[in-house]
Amino acid sequence: MKPNAHYQNPAFCRSLADRIAEMAKGQIRIMEVCGTHTVSIFRHGIRFLLPESILLVSGPGCPVCVTDQRDIDAFIKLAGQDNTIIHTFGDLMRVPGSSSSLQKEKAEGRDIRIVYSATDAIDTAMANPTKQVVFAGVGFETTAPTIAASVVSAKRMGIDNYSIYCTHKRVPPALDALASDRDMHIDGFLLPGHVSVIIGRKGYEPFFQKYRIPSAIAGFEPVDILAAILRLVEMITEGSPALINAYPRAVPENGNATARKTMETVFDTCDARWRGLGVIPGSGLAFRDEYAHFDAARRFGITFPENCPPSGCQCGEILTGKITPPQCPLYNKACTPVDPVGPCMVSSEGTCAAYYNYAAGDDG
Amino acid sequence: MKKDRILLDHGSGGRMANRLIAEMMLPLFDNPMLSRLDDGASFDIPDGRMAFSTDSYVVDPLFFPGGNIGDLAINGTVNDIAMCGALPLYLSAGLIIEEGFPMQDLEAILRSMSISAEKAGVKIVTGDTKVVPRGAADKIFINTSGIGQIPEGVNVSGENARPGDKIIVSGTIGDHGITILHQREGLSFDAQMKSDSAPLNHLVARMLNITKNIHVLRDPTRGGVATALNEIAAKSNVGIRIRESDIPVKKNVAGFCSILGLDPLFVANEGKLIAFVEKRHADEVLRAVKEDSCGRDARIIGEVVSLHCGKVIMETAIGGERIVNMLTGEQLPRIC
Ligand code: SF4
Repeated sequence: MKPNAHYQNPAFCRSLADRIAEMAKGQIRIMEVCGTHTVSIFRHGIRFLLPESILLVSGPGCPVCVTDQRDIDAFIKLAGQDNTIIHTFGDLMRVPGSSSSLQKEKAEGRDIRIVYSATDAIDTAMANPTKQVVFAGVGFETTAPTIAASVVSAKRMGIDNYSIYCTHKRVPPALDALASDRDMHIDGFLLPGHVSVIIGRKGYEPFFQKYRIPSAIAGFEPVDILAAILRLVEMITEGSPALINAYPRAVPENGNATARKTMETVFDTCDARWRGLGVIPGSGLAFRDEYAHFDAARRFGITFPENCPPSGCQCGEILTGKITPPQCPLYNKACTPVDPVGPCMVSSEGTCAAYYNYAAGDDG
Repeated sequence: MKKDRILLDHGSGGRMANRLIAEMMLPLFDNPMLSRLDDGASFDIPDGRMAFSTDSYVVDPLFFPGGNIGDLAINGTVNDIAMCGALPLYLSAGLIIEEGFPMQDLEAILRSMSISAEKAGVKIVTGDTKVVPRGAADKIFINTSGIGQIPEGVNVSGENARPGDKIIVSGTIGDHGITILHQREGLSFDAQMKSDSAPLNHLVARMLNITKNIHVLRDPTRGGVATALNEIAAKSNVGIRIRESDIPVKKNVAGFCSILGLDPLFVANEGKLIAFVEKRHADEVLRAVKEDSCGRDARIIGEVVSLHCGKVIMETAIGGERIVNMLTGEQLPRIC
């Protein structure tokens, strides 16, 4: 595979890693918040280049992984309704609910289709006027604007057989929850690149001002990640925390105002339940009254059981970086990608899947 | 054929079926063994060992850039036989067609089956056609089986990898799987992609001409190169080391994979092989592979070691290291 010339240059990567090693004093714990970072770090073997003193812990930035089991059950329930077509991103298919998964439901004959964008769902809705088309809305600030845009155009076109089951979440409130957790001990945050394209460096300012933990927005190529880690290590050892944008080629200071406006037209913030992290205030997105008609939960009267059955999965601990997958008693025993117990083992961005696929059994 | 769609009658075994065979199939697959239209083909077999293989083809879409289900069905079985180190001789073909299937499409599929068989130098000597009611099958399914002769002194098997063996891949990986995904999902990425569907038996013959010391041959179809290497590491109880920067991947395939979060190592190929060759012959075999039209981009991507038995480890392009695991299910595009 031809390395993406500049951003995967082995000599450059090596020199960045060497400078990190020179700089780092004592143990440093850096959390990569985003699942795409986790996968990139494993896939490129970045940990192999870093000194042992740098500990990379994975955070809650895999949208599928933080989706509450009850929401997965709701998708499955919706899929079971007559005359309903569910549209979903591929990642959700294998995630186990309390008794089934979308993949199993599809095999049972439910109409569940994998799509690449919400506009595909609108096309399906128009082509099937007698059916209800429900989009399984999972994702962060990156996906929420495209979902919002699809709702705006559905409203404009008068498409009323289209709805969203919305579990969209916002990243900054989750960072706040992590930083306020006394058991966390995170020295620096590697902030997600895609989300930052929308919210900008500014989007993290309130969080940074509150906790003053060194934070760097990073891209996804090896050079991006290593360069951002180097900046974090500098800030940590020098005791000079800052919130920096180490991915300026994609992330503008103020993010994408148009995308945020679309998102804010359709959604208001609300409290949201994160798998393993519990309810985080202001971390969710709920339909505004003008668009309530597109809320699948309301349209189909989906209700939740108060408690959901424990599965033994330690995703909560994984998603907050408190344990690594091999420390979960089920890892590589009862829980494998073939027979997953938790979403972290099935999502392509899940931490347990990354360990299983790229580190196979060692502690990474 | 005047009628433009397949009817249930075409699978009845009666007059309509006979006409389909006589007017459409025989002219394309003309050979004395088939034209006798007996219940089976009879032929002499050479001395020595034979290889026998079967596979069913259910690809969606049926037509894609670089091929269709017809050449896939021929090349797939030809390649399975070739991967046993054998020279493919005869094939059977069984068609299951959904009622209403356009006759024109059937003709196009049969035509490319005939062209591929010709290219591979194999004969289709027996066949069967069934038509099932609408909805009972998805357009058309094809099964092919085939036999081939293993030359004296050839011993190729997934169990035969030995420490020191060099691993050759015959060209860019992931082309077929990505083309199919691209086509099936109607994705609008501006990328010219083409399936690599091709018969590999001539390439294998060329390699065996250089040396019989080829230990393993595999065509990394579903599950891709990663899955094939893992199977070999486990079966032969050896470790495998590969270098990411030596693995050939077309630029557009790599780009598409990175957008969708897929790994080309897990993507299917239909015209590529992996060979484990004794070290002292590796360079010469590689040269021979590169001379073949199916092997121009061939590379040595790694070697067999006696460490980490059963595991495949890759040196990444940036100089890191990681495990390459087997594919669990189908790769599903991620949420961005
Ligand atoms: S190994 Fe499985 S059960 Fe354990 S935390 Fe990961 S996903 Fe959950």
